[in-house]
This record gives sequence, C-alpha cells and structure tokens, in this order.
Amino acid sequence: MSLMAPIDHSASRPRYMRRRRLNFVMMSLSLAAAAFGLLWLLAILSTLVFKGVGGLSLDVFTQSTPPPGSQGGLLNAIVGSAIMTAIGVAVGTPIGILAGTYMAEYGRHNRLTTTVRFINDILLSAPSIVIGLFVYEVVVIQMGNFSALAGALALAILVVPVVVRTTEDMLNLVPNQLREAASALGLPRAVVIQRIAYRAARAGMITGVLLAIARVSGETAPLLFTALNNQFWSSDLNAPMASLPVVIFQFALSPYTDWQQLAWTGALLITLAVLTLSIAARILAAGSRK
Amino acid sequence: MTSTDVARAAMIAPVPARSAAQPKVHVGAGQAEKITIRDLKFFYGDSLALKGIDLPIYERKVTAFIGPSGCGKSTLLRVLNRMYDLYPKQRAEGEVLLDGIDILSPKLDLNLLRSRVGMVFQKPTPFPMSIYDNIAFGVRLYETISKSELDGRVEAALRRAALWNEVKDKLDASGLSLSGGQQQRLCIARSIAVRPEVILLDEPCSALDPISTAKIEELIDELKADYTIAIVTHNMQQASRTSEYTAFMYLGELVEFGETEQIFMSPHDRRTQDYITGRFG
Repeated sequence: MSLMAPIDHSASRPRYMRRRRLNFVMMSLSLAAAAFGLLWLLAILSTLVFKGVGGLSLDVFTQSTPPPGSQGGLLNAIVGSAIMTAIGVAVGTPIGILAGTYMAEYGRHNRLTTTVRFINDILLSAPSIVIGLFVYEVVVIQMGNFSALAGALALAILVVPVVVRTTEDMLNLVPNQLREAASALGLPRAVVIQRIAYRAARAGMITGVLLAIARVSGETAPLLFTALNNQFWSSDLNAPMASLPVVIFQFALSPYTDWQQLAWTGALLITLAVLTLSIAARILAAGSRK
Repeated sequence: MTSTDVARAAMIAPVPARSAAQPKVHVGAGQAEKITIRDLKFFYGDSLALKGIDLPIYERKVTAFIGPSGCGKSTLLRVLNRMYDLYPKQRAEGEVLLDGIDILSPKLDLNLLRSRVGMVFQKPTPFPMSIYDNIAFGVRLYETISKSELDGRVEAALRRAALWNEVKDKLDASGLSLSGGQQQRLCIARSIAVRPEVILLDEPCSALDPISTAKIEELIDELKADYTIAIVTHNMQQASRTSEYTAFMYLGELVEFGETEQIFMSPHDRRTQDYITGRFG
C-alpha cells in the first residue's frame, strides 16, 4: 500500500478522542488563567469605587489639600498633575517623534539607529525612580530647590522612549510601496514623510502619545525627588508642586482618616483618567485598522 | 489596433542591418528615442542584476519588457526614474539618457526627474486621503493654480484614466474605498495629473481581474498618443496586445529587442522563442 492511500479513520478514533480530551483540559486551564487575571482587576476597580466614591464631592475639585482634621480637596494635586504631565508630554513628544522618524525613515538600517533603539529599549524599562534620582542629581541639586519644572522634566524623560518606540514601529508598518508611489510623483522626501507616512501612521502615533500620557500621569517615583509636594495651591514652576500620585502616597500612609479618604478618592480619579485614555487609545487604534 | 500600428511602424521603419555596437537591437531608424540605455549595469550590493543593457525606448510608443521572474525587467524599469535611489545598497553604472541628458548623474534633481517620468506599481497604492486629494496632491506641489483650475485638472486626469464616471459623485470618499481595479486607475490618473513625459508601468494588471485588466489595456492604448510608455508584464498576450516594441530579458541580459510582432512571430533568438511558446519561465 502506498503512503498516500486512504486509511480507515475509525481505527484512529482512540487517538482522536484523546486529543479532544487534552484540548478540553488545556482550554479550561487557559480560561481559568484568564479569569484569575480579570478577577484581580475587578477586585481593584471595585475596591477603588467602593472606597473612593464616598469622598467624591465638589470640594475635591475646588479646594486644596487640607491640614489633618479639616475639610479640603485635591484641587492643587489635580492641577499640579495636569501641569507637569502637560509640560512633560509637550517636551517629550516632539523629541520622541523626531527620533522615531529618523530611525524609521532615514537610518533604518544604520548603526546609529540600532544603537539608539537598544538604548531606548533600556530607557523604556528603566525603573522610574532611577530617572527621578537622575533629575534630582542633575537639576534639583544644581538649582538648589525642588521644582515643578524638575518634575516635568523627569516625566518628559519617561515620555520620550514610549513615543520613540511607537513612532518607529508605526512608521515601519507603513508599506514601502506607499513611499515609492509618493516618491515616483516627484515628491521630496520631507513631503513624503509628513504628508504620506505620518498620515498613514497617524492613529498609531497618537495612540503612542496617549499611552505615554497614561503612563506618566500615574507615576509617583520620578516626582518624589523632583517636584516633591506642596500642601498649598501653587502654579509656580520654580517651586515644589503637588501631584495626585504623590498626594495619594503621602495621604494613604498617614494616620488621619480624612486624609486616607482623600487618597482613595484621588486613586479613583487617576484610575478613571488612565482608563479613559487607554480606551481612547484602543478606539483610535481599532479605527485605523479599517 | 496594435497589430496594424506595428505593421505601419514596420513600413516606415525598415529593419536595419545588425550593427556591431548594438548586436541585439533590430530596429530604430526613423523613430525618436525618448530614452537611450547604454551598457547599463545594476548592482544589488555585490550581486550584478543587469549585465550591460543597450536599449532604446521610443517616443510615444509602448515598449514592453518580458522575461521570467528575476530576469531584471523590473530592475531596469526602476532605473528609469532612479527609484532604486531610495535604497542604500543599490547602484547603477553605464548611461541612461532622457532626451540626451544622463539621468544617472549624481547631480541630477531626482524630484524633477520623477515628475517627468511617472510610475505605476504592481499593487495599487492610493494615498490615505480622498480621491480628489490623491490626484490634487502631486499637482499642488508643482504648480500654483486656482481651485477651479485644479478641479479641472482632477476631472481631466480622472476622465483620462476612465474613472470619472465611477467616482464623480464621491470625490471626497477615501481612495482606499475603491475596488482594486479602480484604485489602479486612480494611481494612473494621479501619475498623469502631474503631466509627465514617460510613464513606467510595473506589472500594472497582475493584481487585477480580467475586466479591470481590459480597461487598463484600453487606457494604455489611448495614453500612448501623448506619453512614452514602458510596461513590465508577465502576461505575454498583454505584451503583444499593448506594445509596439518588446524587449525579452533573461538572467540580467537583454536577449532580444524588436518590434512586438517580430518578437512574437519570428524571434531571432532561440531563448526568446522558448519563452514565448511557454517552454520555460
């Protein structure tokens, strides 16, 4: 009988049944693992909502952090986080996009790109407290005081590698045929990049920036040694500034129940903000795939 | 139409005797050479992909490049608008003259060259923007014209590419929303909107259905009144239907170049005959 002749499949039934049983077992294990992961996420979110919602009031958004035992809100922390995140993103995003553009469009195969990509990957996974310490050494000590500017700079350093990575990846996904087609019309390279490649990669690049915002707006460690904290309202970039993560850190460890309550509320707010950004990033990314 | 054109061309331009300088080229007298290729060698890194090509491309004629995969026909096409310049390890040696100007010169303005020598690719490549902008984009870059003039140019280009009737009511729709055949005609419209002199077609129908293919072939037949066209194709019937001249390439060499009818009816080279009769390739 030849190797390729039909065989009696009923004879191989035990083998088939064994495979089906194995499939069922593995499938169940996978499901259980997925459920286990989701369980903790739900537990965290429900705890946050349960403990945080009680503290939500107009005061949270209109008053600054109080001394122990009196009424107050998180206004200075919310505004401080917004200011420092905004500056960090405003500084980090252009650097990241320019670097990513160089790597994907001009130096795709050269040594510099390989080196930058390697270093960028290290920066991407560097513990953020190390970056806080670095800015403390280089900026805070030199300037002689903690400042919002130093905090924003630390956040910018965290934004750069995320944006570099997504920009390079997204531009690499743009098919070369599109660049060739644009070049074939006689378009200069700069125009091909700005008008064609950026356009094709736009959704992915914006997603990268949103993810960077989501990442830095929740960072505590880089702000501890740079922006420090501020009990009072302040918009002075050259002075210490409050931020939600640092306030949460400080208030949660305090022995005062009203401070602890504010920490829960702050945690809820920051989680909702990050969740919203992530969902927006998802929707954008999904929209671009059509 | 094509075969009568070929016959007419043959009457005007009798086959000259084989010269020592161009042993493989059997035609030429009486035709204006838009592009002249002399001893063209092409390298991908260290490997030699074109081994010294000599070839004329005649003005307002369709020249087809045929040959098995990897023979260098697409490579040759990509030399004519210096497309290879986008990639660091590719280089060309020899001489390629466009109206007498050497386009391989490092001093040449590439963007200007590419605005004179347009190209349409194997896969349709509409830009991620509206149908209107796909066409207007290239025009705006070279010319400062009013909105109404631009509208006219877009319409003219789309009419020329036999696409106007299908898209005139949805010029704001994304170019990506069109079918494959329509996308390819959009790409042709985009190329002719910037008014080039030469159009390079790199297997323009290989991703298309037979009806779209027929439309593109009709289009080629109309376009040759104004443009010099070079087409790479795997489809032998397409080469014989659309072109006046055919170049058969094999392993990086030009085996035979001549009037399309002669190449298909009485090839001089054994390899050409084997290829067009389907014995290899």
